[in-house]
Amino acid sequence: MAMLETEFAGLRLRNPTMLASGFLDETGGSMLRAYRAGAGAVVTKSVGPEPRAGNLNPTIVELDVGLLNAVGLPNPGIMEYEHEVRHAREGGAAVIGSVYGKDAEEFAAVASRMASYGVLAVELNLSCPHAKGLGTEVAQDPEAVEEITRAVKRSVRVPVFSKLSPNVANIASFAEAARRGGADAVTAINTVKSMAISADLKMPILKNTYGGLSGPAIKPVGLRCVYEIRESVDLPILGVGGIETGRDAIEYLLAGASAVQIGTAIVRRGIDVFSQVCREMAAWMDENGYAKVADLVGVAHG
Amino acid sequence: MGSRLTQVVPLEEVVIEDPKTRTYRFRADMRPLPGQFLMLWIPRADEVPMAYSYLEDPMGVTVREYGDATRALAATSRKGYRVGVRGPYGNAFAIEGRRALAVAGGVGIASVIAAIEAYAHAGIAIETAFGARTKSELTFLDRAKACGPVHVATDDGSMGHLGYVTDLAANLVASGTFDMVLTCGPEVMMKKVVEAANAAGILVQASLERYMKCGIGICDACVLDDRLVCTDGPIFWGEELAKSQDFGRWRRDISGRRVKA
Repeated sequence: MAMLETEFAGLRLRNPTMLASGFLDETGGSMLRAYRAGAGAVVTKSVGPEPRAGNLNPTIVELDVGLLNAVGLPNPGIMEYEHEVRHAREGGAAVIGSVYGKDAEEFAAVASRMASYGVLAVELNLSCPHAKGLGTEVAQDPEAVEEITRAVKRSVRVPVFSKLSPNVANIASFAEAARRGGADAVTAINTVKSMAISADLKMPILKNTYGGLSGPAIKPVGLRCVYEIRESVDLPILGVGGIETGRDAIEYLLAGASAVQIGTAIVRRGIDVFSQVCREMAAWMDENGYAKVADLVGVAHG
Repeated sequence: MGSRLTQVVPLEEVVIEDPKTRTYRFRADMRPLPGQFLMLWIPRADEVPMAYSYLEDPMGVTVREYGDATRALAATSRKGYRVGVRGPYGNAFAIEGRRALAVAGGVGIASVIAAIEAYAHAGIAIETAFGARTKSELTFLDRAKACGPVHVATDDGSMGHLGYVTDLAANLVASGTFDMVLTCGPEVMMKKVVEAANAAGILVQASLERYMKCGIGICDACVLDDRLVCTDGPIFWGEELAKSQDFGRWRRDISGRRVKA
């Protein structure tokens, strides 16, 4: 019987699936629900220094191939977020805190506060493509990624994961920048910058014009990014982008990820997607003679 | 169900129900059930969740002006004006029981009128307790009357009982006549109705409203304890609401902060 319990960047996980940041994770109740539904860990909504309303609607466009969103980082702010994390933790959830800020100093301050709430690790949202002034510029500058990662590493004791944007020419150079900054892992990928236009109305559908694409459409992009990072950077990788089935998750492991995150698949498969993916992964591993997750990581590189 | 991709549709009819309330009718590739909702895109303004007040083509939503987007819609829309719709979303009212009571407050009637008609259509006796501020705001009174007896309350006494619909509902629920209650309206009203029905041991289903961004179960804006109004609701059973810490007390604001309901 394949064992799904695994280690990722120093964390013991009951399985290698996590709730991806931005999905059902603004509130403690919802995070706990995802954990109880089988996620190995849950990543919080990205939280910043101040409460933030996000963008006006429409913020979502449902597509046949995935989901386009420009929710715009709404969050209650780090000072009010403590009870959400505590609520999830007191129910037994393994919680990773996602944070953002406008510069290294702000990232470090928010991450430090988040760590004090008892999260197992912090994930740095360095790459939100639809929040003006936050993320997009950072995502285009490896030096900023390095500087922010270093500042956060100095301010927290828990592992730090730098979440990278696919909207760059060479994602491996950003992973390398995160490594130089002291990151314990990288998360790849954030959403792919996109848009939707209504032919009937001859205008963009999203109020924000641009959004981030997620879901099955971006799985090949995510796989390519994870594969490229694995080729040149020696860091654990959290693979994310279009994972809906156990087979999708296995593909990410083969590309080089050591654990995976799931978000958009909740829309199609419901919150039970975590236990379903785990069952499907275990079945595949049994059929193919793999006893543990670590044995699969990077196998596609030959 | 039909496609959940955004459909741009022309308004076939705009009905002025009262100075602040309009019904917008349109044809779309959707098969909604009573109590379900759609996301209504008002181009250049906003996108908002709205219950279907008519289920069949031309289907409709009934909107009371309460903010910039709904005011913009009322000001600019006329026959032929194009809006975006996606849905149907959420669960539906269960159409069951032997004798049902619908309790509606104000424009809450829009969420429950299709269910009232579904009860009548299913041959289940249905009565309605309907409250509004004043007589002119009793939208769909005729549709409700066509399904069964209607008990009216108005805040100003311009029709029916002078006072709140919860006064009428309390007596009706206690009368022992009904084995099912459905309700939609202001949350304080629904809380009283749910408590009365629970106390009387009668099944009750309430249609809740929350701020939403996505409507499809990801943004977490419409959370009620650990349930989502968009995908677990909008209809919740009284038994679940009795255990809720949030129902009638807390909601989330646009940035996710817990604020008084």
